[in-house]
Amino acid sequence: MRRIPSRTSRQRRTARGIGLAVMTLVLAGCSGEQTMLEPKGPFAQDPDTLFKYVLIVAAVVFVFVQGLIIFTSWRFRRKDGDTDIPEQVHGNTVLEIIWTVVPLAILVAIAIPTVRQVIALAEEPDGAMVVEVIGHRWWWEYRYPDSGIITANELVIPVGTPIRLEMRAEESGAPDRGVLHSFWVPALAGKQDVIPGRVSTLNMQADVPGRFLGQCAEYCGLSHANMRNRAVALEPDDFDAWVAAQQQPSEVAATFAQLSPEELEAGVIPEGVPEDVGRGYYVYNQSNCVACHAQMTTAPVASAEDFQARQGPNLTHLLSRKEFAGAIFDLYERADPDDPNADFTDEVNVDLLTAWVNNAPSLKAMRPENGVGMPSFEQGATENTTGAIQGGLAPEDLDNLVAYLLTME
Amino acid sequence: MATTTAPPQTKSRSLLSRPTALDGFKGYLATTDHKKIGIMYFWSVLVFFFFGGVASWVIRAQLAVAENTLVNEEIYNQAFTLHGLTMIFLVVMPLGAAFFNYLIPLQIGARDVAFPRLNAFSFWTFLFGGLFLYSSLFFQAVPNGGWFGYAPLSTQIPGNNMAFYAVGLQIVGIASLSAAVNFITTILNMRAPGMEFMRMPVFIWMSLITNFLLLFALPIIAAALFMLNGDVVFGTQFFQPATGGDPILWQHLFWLFGHPEVYIMILPAMGIVSEVMPTFSRKPLFGYTAMVFAGVAIGFIGFGVWAHHMFTSAVGPIGRVAFGMTTMFIAVPTGIKIFNWVFTMWGGKVRFTPAMLFSVGFVSMFTIGGLSGVTHAIVPHDAQQTDTYWVVAHFHYVLFGGALFGLVSGIYYWFPKVTGKLLDETLGKWHFWTWLIGFNLTFGPMHMSGLLGQPRRTAVLPAELGPDVVLYNRLSTAGVAVLTISALIFLSNLITSLRSGEASGDDPWDARTLEWMTPSPTPYVNFHEIPTVTARDEFWERKYAEAEDGVVRPVPAGASQDHGDPAPVGDTATVEGTGNANAVPDDIAVTEDVALAKVTSDDHGGNPDAAGDAEHHIHMPDPSYWPLISCVGFIPLGYGLAFASPTLIALGALWLLIGMFGWILEPVAEGDDDYDPDVVHA
Repeated sequence: MRRIPSRTSRQRRTARGIGLAVMTLVLAGCSGEQTMLEPKGPFAQDPDTLFKYVLIVAAVVFVFVQGLIIFTSWRFRRKDGDTDIPEQVHGNTVLEIIWTVVPLAILVAIAIPTVRQVIALAEEPDGAMVVEVIGHRWWWEYRYPDSGIITANELVIPVGTPIRLEMRAEESGAPDRGVLHSFWVPALAGKQDVIPGRVSTLNMQADVPGRFLGQCAEYCGLSHANMRNRAVALEPDDFDAWVAAQQQPSEVAATFAQLSPEELEAGVIPEGVPEDVGRGYYVYNQSNCVACHAQMTTAPVASAEDFQARQGPNLTHLLSRKEFAGAIFDLYERADPDDPNADFTDEVNVDLLTAWVNNAPSLKAMRPENGVGMPSFEQGATENTTGAIQGGLAPEDLDNLVAYLLTME
Repeated sequence: MATTTAPPQTKSRSLLSRPTALDGFKGYLATTDHKKIGIMYFWSVLVFFFFGGVASWVIRAQLAVAENTLVNEEIYNQAFTLHGLTMIFLVVMPLGAAFFNYLIPLQIGARDVAFPRLNAFSFWTFLFGGLFLYSSLFFQAVPNGGWFGYAPLSTQIPGNNMAFYAVGLQIVGIASLSAAVNFITTILNMRAPGMEFMRMPVFIWMSLITNFLLLFALPIIAAALFMLNGDVVFGTQFFQPATGGDPILWQHLFWLFGHPEVYIMILPAMGIVSEVMPTFSRKPLFGYTAMVFAGVAIGFIGFGVWAHHMFTSAVGPIGRVAFGMTTMFIAVPTGIKIFNWVFTMWGGKVRFTPAMLFSVGFVSMFTIGGLSGVTHAIVPHDAQQTDTYWVVAHFHYVLFGGALFGLVSGIYYWFPKVTGKLLDETLGKWHFWTWLIGFNLTFGPMHMSGLLGQPRRTAVLPAELGPDVVLYNRLSTAGVAVLTISALIFLSNLITSLRSGEASGDDPWDARTLEWMTPSPTPYVNFHEIPTVTARDEFWERKYAEAEDGVVRPVPAGASQDHGDPAPVGDTATVEGTGNANAVPDDIAVTEDVALAKVTSDDHGGNPDAAGDAEHHIHMPDPSYWPLISCVGFIPLGYGLAFASPTLIALGALWLLIGMFGWILEPVAEGDDDYDPDVVHA
């Protein structure tokens, strides 16, 4: 772990002390789950400290200038019947120099720490863990090259380790297609655009465990508002456990992987797998789900190449994520249904998941007819759906499919 | 508005004969009068402002409730794109152009702009460009890629939405570019005798800088828009990484135009405020030279800050440092201006008319926008703020609290000059205070919702951002309701004052600059005789003399020869009470309106000898239909470029070509070359 040196610690403490006092006044009572005012890691903390320092300077200038405007307006207002002509003052060179030099000096005082921090933030931190971030319309994909994990929406990171994000935009697996997005988790770092055809980088680190909200911050078209992301910071032990779990296929998928091609051809359901789950497996693999949503069936984990040219998120461990569909829907019920930030229960939101699989475009604006987003599988609504099976999914197929999805733990 | 009638002309109608109608509907269609063109800009802007406002209602209604489903994403995306495009290209810029048109000739003591037909062409092109953009409504192809139209998204949106964007802005840009050439030439070449550069009113200075910015910035966006047009409609690959293009190229080109554009919008307002504040403080502008050079500095540095829009895009650490620094230091000339405005009031006798209130409001609100602007230069934290409502708050404080407050101030200030009537002062004050409150209620809370993490351009306000963000959004929506009421107060004031406003007289504010020497409303010829300028605040100097003891006293009427005023012609020097040596009494003004001096002379150029007897030879530009006829060609050309129709493109190009030939071959009006006003007067 590494802090970015901007000023000495004593200066920092003083500035932060004053900053806190002023900010408490200005921002009293303000809270927000996606706030940029409560950094939880050094790459967000240092810009925040600098910003609050500038905010104090700006507050002083604000009070001075507005006070001057109000005082001057009041003091020199024309009274009724006053026809006197005031002295015709044309200017004052000393004053001109003062209000050129003083703001200049203030700006230099702001510029110096800014420049130092810009340089420091751009460097790759020592001992950083690399995660590849890929912006799709309209969801985020994460690949962990060291452990071979591919996941979506929720970026899982260990507490206290600097993370180096290597980011790009893709669509349908083509590295130079897609549009601009911007990856942003305000509690952990500023934002950085992702650009088709090139790799951009961003450093972030969480000093405390938690679930941090983020959102795509570069307009990316129709469903830009529905492209949200989360960063989940786990204690190192929990993170290791998460990695180990992600590297294994789900139990049902592994069971099916034991079957011979002939048995799969015949639609055999292995022993111990419930009937609906087994039928769901075949729906998943025969109804084009698999065309977009890769699923790992054997360990060791698949390499990133196996997931090339897949348009949708890897669903191998769907249930390890708390939200889905670009993190706009809760996969698990909240403890308090009225609080959008309440803790999650263990209860899966089966109805919502079913509705999503049935007709995703009715729940989230997408353009499957242009190859962007998930088509509808609703029966009788398949005209505009690329990749949907003819006639849609029968109700019992839908239920079986969801039953199978619920085994992807 | 001056009603004017052409002198009887020889009636020999042919295709190429020059129109003579100066009033009525046809008079407007064929006009080359800078004042009428300015007025047409103004009314067009009001209409577009209404539509831009409707788009903002959609935005604020949607965000009043978290996770709202009032409008869908597509409609919302169209609404914020159209709102931005309208307010920037069809409201603030052309409203600035309205002031340029009406005031530049008047303030420099000229009778019209350098190229009157080109001026008409600029207006009609702007109007057709705006209507073209809005015609996308009928094709269900309203632009939906943001006003900044970032590639490659803008090239990938299905439908013709972004084709309307590329072509519509192109047409509007042609209007601004041709206007810029015109105004620059006018200011450089057509100033009254004695009006040296450092005697020009600050509004003229800011207009000159603005138009140079337009001249240099618009070709950049024109090139970029042609590339985008190609990518969207014709399959070119300028911005496609898959085929070797570069999406970042668009960003550089766009912001290389887009940031000077910000100063294009604010500098005219700064010029207006620099005229209003001295008048109502009864003091000269404090630090004229500093004001001028600060404006020039802003113009120069304004071209060197564009990449601060791209700190989180593809700019490396060196670029971030460089553009962070320029962004910081552009605050210095801006600060200079703010202090000079305040010290213009200092020691004065400040009269708070609505015009002055809006100017003081400008200084106050613009300061807030300036301070939040400096925070963008804190590059590491800009990565947090950018694309959030913090930025939305910032640029509305600059463009609404700044540019629009300044422009509205100008409307109150010059309305009497244009119409001869005063805008109602009580309604004006109601307008100001509701405007100020509504504005701050709308955009003040956005600072907070931005810091609390609300991104821009999102059709849905996520509930998970928390109740405070939802509350701030609700306040913003309430603010728009207040602003709407305020705008209605303004509109009713405009209409009632136009119909039955109090007569203003020629110089209601005891003003300082040349335009107030003309009668109100300004006659067709502007100046019966071109004044000779000997001082910065020429009109004020003619009215008042500063004694050795520093006391200022009014100069008796007609006694201002010590300022080098040429001997007034005839009885024009006997204006009573106003000390306005050059104003023409009403009866003569009326005669003149009827007589409509149409005489040749080269006296625009500023030959001091011309001021006297050469005034008998007033040459005014002839009306012409050709600017309007030529512009019609943009309609088929525009749809051809948007829908990839070679036929329409060819038709439009041919039409434009014919229009240009007609324009070039058009004769001057027949029989007026030797027109002598004395004959008519007698």
